[in-house]
Amino acid sequence: MKWAGLLGLAAVAFVLAVLLGPAHVPLAELAGSEIIRSLRVPRALLAFLVGGSLAVAGASLQALVRNPLADPFLLGLSGGAGLGAVAAIALHVSGPFALPLAAFAGALGAMALVYRFGLVGGAELDPRVLLLAGVAVGAFASAVTTAVVSLADAAELRNAFLWLWGGLSGASWDTVLVLGVYLPLPLAVLAASARPLDLLALGEEPARYLGADVEQLKRRVYVAASLLTAAAVAVSGVIGFVGLIVPHIGRLLWGHRHRTLLPVAFLGGGSLLSLADTAARVAVAPRELPVGIVTALVGVPLFAFLLRRWTKS
Amino acid sequence: MDQELILAVDRATYRYPGAPRDALADVPLSVRAGEFHAVLGPNGSGKTTLLRVALGLVRPTAGTATVAGRPAQAWSRRELARVVGVVPQREESAFPQRVRDAVLLGRYPHLSLWGAERAEDRAAVERALAQCDALHLANRWLWTLSGGEYQRVRLARALAQEPRLLILDEPTASLDVRHEMELFERVRALADGGRLAAVMITHHVNLAARFADAVLLLAEGRAAASGTPGDVLTRETVERVFAWPVTIESFEGQPQMIPLRRKEPL
Repeated sequence: MKWAGLLGLAAVAFVLAVLLGPAHVPLAELAGSEIIRSLRVPRALLAFLVGGSLAVAGASLQALVRNPLADPFLLGLSGGAGLGAVAAIALHVSGPFALPLAAFAGALGAMALVYRFGLVGGAELDPRVLLLAGVAVGAFASAVTTAVVSLADAAELRNAFLWLWGGLSGASWDTVLVLGVYLPLPLAVLAASARPLDLLALGEEPARYLGADVEQLKRRVYVAASLLTAAAVAVSGVIGFVGLIVPHIGRLLWGHRHRTLLPVAFLGGGSLLSLADTAARVAVAPRELPVGIVTALVGVPLFAFLLRRWTKS
Repeated sequence: MDQELILAVDRATYRYPGAPRDALADVPLSVRAGEFHAVLGPNGSGKTTLLRVALGLVRPTAGTATVAGRPAQAWSRRELARVVGVVPQREESAFPQRVRDAVLLGRYPHLSLWGAERAEDRAAVERALAQCDALHLANRWLWTLSGGEYQRVRLARALAQEPRLLILDEPTASLDVRHEMELFERVRALADGGRLAAVMITHHVNLAARFADAVLLLAEGRAAASGTPGDVLTRETVERVFAWPVTIESFEGQPQMIPLRRKEPL
């Protein structure tokens, strides 16, 4: 029943994303329309892949740091990606994929830095240190980003600002294809870690006694979740709250077993982001809102509601 | 008839990196199927370090630890969890869980990477719950359990691993008399079943003396004494190790320790 609802939601989200948009396409001409084929369908697919990846990354990181309020951007990746992108804009780096590649490189740089800090004594990955290092690296990157933006001229600044708030307007079949090839590996790594992540909720030592190879597990999950987030941020900027809200709702409705939770998060995250992107395109047409603003406008009240419920029980 | 040797710790020594002295020095421990061993000792005497060495979590600086004939360090965590079940002293519960799901975690070392739980896994969970008198709790949330019920569920999880060695780290801390006794009785019964060996780290000198086949008394990382409760728990040894005056009485053929009041106030 719950699954049918979720699959139904995903289907509705996809259909709406294809049907609705600033340009009106009559139903009869749907199949032959160039707008549908080369703009809306790839964009809907991209929204689905990005939203799903962010939600899976969020659910996995929550299990890794044993905190249900963790978010994929908590570990400093958004700061790194933002810095990479803004640096590329400020330095007038051009080329077909300059911005996504720069953001991806920035996110990976932040990931490597946080990971290095998190390796306590050179061997064990400590989730608490990881969190603190993430916050520190993120704050530092944001400071540098703001410095770069404040030195740039006005038009560039607006581009950088809009990019940081996220958007899927760069969607094309090429980006869908790149993600389609890239995403399966980190997603499979996380899916294979689903059961040991259940054990990790008990703490590291009890998880070891139950048969989990904890050190390897932590590294695997951290790197795979970061790679998902880095790819998402590279093609769509920083889209907040999907990675926090969706796993949270999944946990409320489906429970905390990650074998169920991760696929639920993927479908739920994909649906939510594609609905949010449709709203972002239609709400102030012909202009477009950054989709990160839509997810924040929906996500923050929802989050406040969940937080109230959570603190009451 | 000699039962199979399941755990053999031989002159194990371990020093934590940078520590001034050995946390464990020359400690022996041999456990056979059907036996119930108690490990006693003051706080910081090396009980938990012994557990970590025995389970291959740290490599002994000298001596050896062997589980079922194979060096403890040579086992993968997963393989070892099929042979040894542990009820750890402390654990977290980051996400709320129902009792049956919690016990099902004990099946992890038996499950394949992608496969779902099989009928035999569900059967093992029900069996473990029944052994711990916890079947009626199966659908409860963990957080609604009393301390005694919670310990029973954690024991059931370790039994769901279908281990040959069961290790309990201070399982009766914060339990009342009835639940303490129930836990000792249950572990004794499991050992008497013949296939399982049990090692319990505990502060209950008197219950250990009445229930365990053998006692290892640790002091500052060394074995102050080991053997049957009657051999180990003499007045001289207990007073020296715990640094407190005691008298030893006999009850049902086993020594029972009674700590004495000090003559002068502290």
